Amino acid sequence: MSGHESTYVPKTGVEKWLDTRLPIVRFGADYLSLPTPKNLNYWYTFGAILSICLVVQIVTGIFLAMHYQPNTEMAFASVERIMRDVNGGWLIRYVHSNGASMFFIAVYIHMLRGLYYGSYKAPREMIWILGCVIFFLMIATAFLGYVLPWGQMSYWGAEVITNLIGAIPLIGEPVLIWLRGGPAIDNATLNRFFSLHYLLPFVIFGVVVLHLWALHTAGQNNPVGILIPKEREKKDTVPFHPYYTVKDGFALILFLMMFSVFVFFVPNALGHADNYIQANPLQTPAHIVPEWYLLPFYAILRAIPDKFGGVVAMFASIGVLFVLPWLDTSKVRSMRYRPTAKIFYAIFVVNAFILGWCGAMLPDAPVVPGMPSFTLFDGQLNSYLWLTRLTTLYYFAFFVVILPFVGLKEIPLKIPLSISEPVLKGPDAMSGAVPASPEKKG
Amino acid sequence: MTHFLRRLAVAVVTIAALSSSEALAAGGGAKHPRSGGFAFESPLGTYDQAQLQRGYKVYREVCSVCHSMDLLSFRTLGERGGPFYDPSASSPADNRFVRTIAAESQIADIDTETGEPIMRPGIAADRFPNPWPNRTAGAAANGGAYPPDLSVMAKARKDGPNYIYSLLSGYGDPPVGLRVGAGQYYNPYMAGDMTPFWDGDPEHVPPGGFIAMPPILMDGLVTYDDGTVASVDQMSKDVAAFISWASDPRATERKQTGMGVLAFLAVFAGLTYASYRRIWKNVAH
Repeated sequence: MSGHESTYVPKTGVEKWLDTRLPIVRFGADYLSLPTPKNLNYWYTFGAILSICLVVQIVTGIFLAMHYQPNTEMAFASVERIMRDVNGGWLIRYVHSNGASMFFIAVYIHMLRGLYYGSYKAPREMIWILGCVIFFLMIATAFLGYVLPWGQMSYWGAEVITNLIGAIPLIGEPVLIWLRGGPAIDNATLNRFFSLHYLLPFVIFGVVVLHLWALHTAGQNNPVGILIPKEREKKDTVPFHPYYTVKDGFALILFLMMFSVFVFFVPNALGHADNYIQANPLQTPAHIVPEWYLLPFYAILRAIPDKFGGVVAMFASIGVLFVLPWLDTSKVRSMRYRPTAKIFYAIFVVNAFILGWCGAMLPDAPVVPGMPSFTLFDGQLNSYLWLTRLTTLYYFAFFVVILPFVGLKEIPLKIPLSISEPVLKGPDAMSGAVPASPEKKG
Repeated sequence: MTHFLRRLAVAVVTIAALSSSEALAAGGGAKHPRSGGFAFESPLGTYDQAQLQRGYKVYREVCSVCHSMDLLSFRTLGERGGPFYDPSASSPADNRFVRTIAAESQIADIDTETGEPIMRPGIAADRFPNPWPNRTAGAAANGGAYPPDLSVMAKARKDGPNYIYSLLSGYGDPPVGLRVGAGQYYNPYMAGDMTPFWDGDPEHVPPGGFIAMPPILMDGLVTYDDGTVASVDQMSKDVAAFISWASDPRATERKQTGMGVLAFLAVFAGLTYASYRRIWKNVAH
């Protein structure tokens, strides 16, 4: 699939003229005719869903920016004014605020799919790394955007997160002041956050273009995880359009239905009630929590007793994703054929949910109320503090210990010769290229 | 592995259930709000216009003495789904009820000839006037606690409508052993932690918190125009409904649009799935 040859033939005079000067129609045609493995399942539809999420956020965001006032005195009321007095404003605003959550639901599924099917392994490392860049930019954009309505959680979330920067030795303090535009979070902060919140989505858009470029160069991965040899390309692939436009389209509509249920019927279910209280620097909310999609990282931040250590751990939890292609030592891409890795993967997913849960709880609260406990170093063993630490440990161990080690020791199942094989002989048909024992380990 | 995962899932759910019940039992939790039986809370539910009108009357005659609703305009009262919506009016600004209600309020303005400050009767486009000249004055007149603006109150509290109803109708004598400070009132639905003020059994700290607002509602405080008996419970429900509407005046329009959107998407999904099946018919995959 790499080096996919162009089949585009310009028909009209205009197309011929354009094709020798700016082959943009050829580019689009090649994009649509890209040979794509025919065994992609619905987990592979989230790429298309994510591109729509980005467009939805940008379009609704542009309209919101026409009415929003980035001023601490007016921001809160201007958001409410959008929902009350701007034509269709309630729709635009609720699509944008829920759209952020939808974006993260889709990106987490997309990333877990890549992790399961080994989509980060050679020759697709750049696709994965660019994806990690997009994810990091998404987190930054979401955080900046959450500050804009200037509610209590906006303000105090910004306070907590910018304070983290201040924990960095030597440069922390000046960077903090530069970031906030002053000694405290105020109008200058809101102004620059608005400016950056408008900028970053377009940066994301640019990186998405690179992400797709890398994808089209290295070719799509697939659930079997094997590269499609040149001679089997005709048998094992279908053109992206119409085969995957229609499949992605169907999945997208189902996704939009879930999106609609949130927007139209429970638009505030994913947010925190406190953010409908205008920001008050003199009154700290009882419990400062980020939006649900950042809870696992918030938990990792709080797991480390040292403030700067927490910041390092939080950034490392995203940074480790960048080097994942070199941490996983297994030559087998898809975990379908990795019986041991599959178990650790399942635990990783559950572990991520528990981390998120921990992020929403007070660290001192007991995990199992009434269970006898004792103090371990700085906290009760039966507390969310220690559950957070254990789950944080597993999060990192999965990447830096389990994947490298399991890859060396694990005996993979037999891998089909081609992606058509399991389809034609049923999902368990294995007659193999890789000489391996089918026995499971671990 | 599936067995293991199932056990893990059961453990997680158990932990979740236990920890949420714990939050209620220990000090620091408020009593779970009672249901006001509000139809508008369901996915297709709409507001009861008579209830919104009664609720507005409670707000106007009781709450608005101390609480502002800065984000509300008089015209909003006459919009579709609002308490004084009148299909015969050409616009909310033209609505006779809205015009009458607005004219009852005096709005600070300037004389357009001389620039002198004046008070004039309100018009439909005016915002609800704030009872206080500024925030500090509001706080000073209320023992230091500024009465919060009620514009978005139903969205600003968890389970907002039921919370407002429960709080307003939930006052009672504080439990024996609870030290209530001057200018404070005990309410089991208010957020707070009573542990520092509790002299009784430390295992049974009462739920709730202190609130600076006295139990202002009394039976018969308001005379309803539709003859409904104005009990504390009834008034609490009605004003909770009004504040819920005011917090999200587009809720009915939103839900109705949502039904249309979902119906459209369902048909679209069906068509797309049929296309998908047809396109992929001859491909083994």
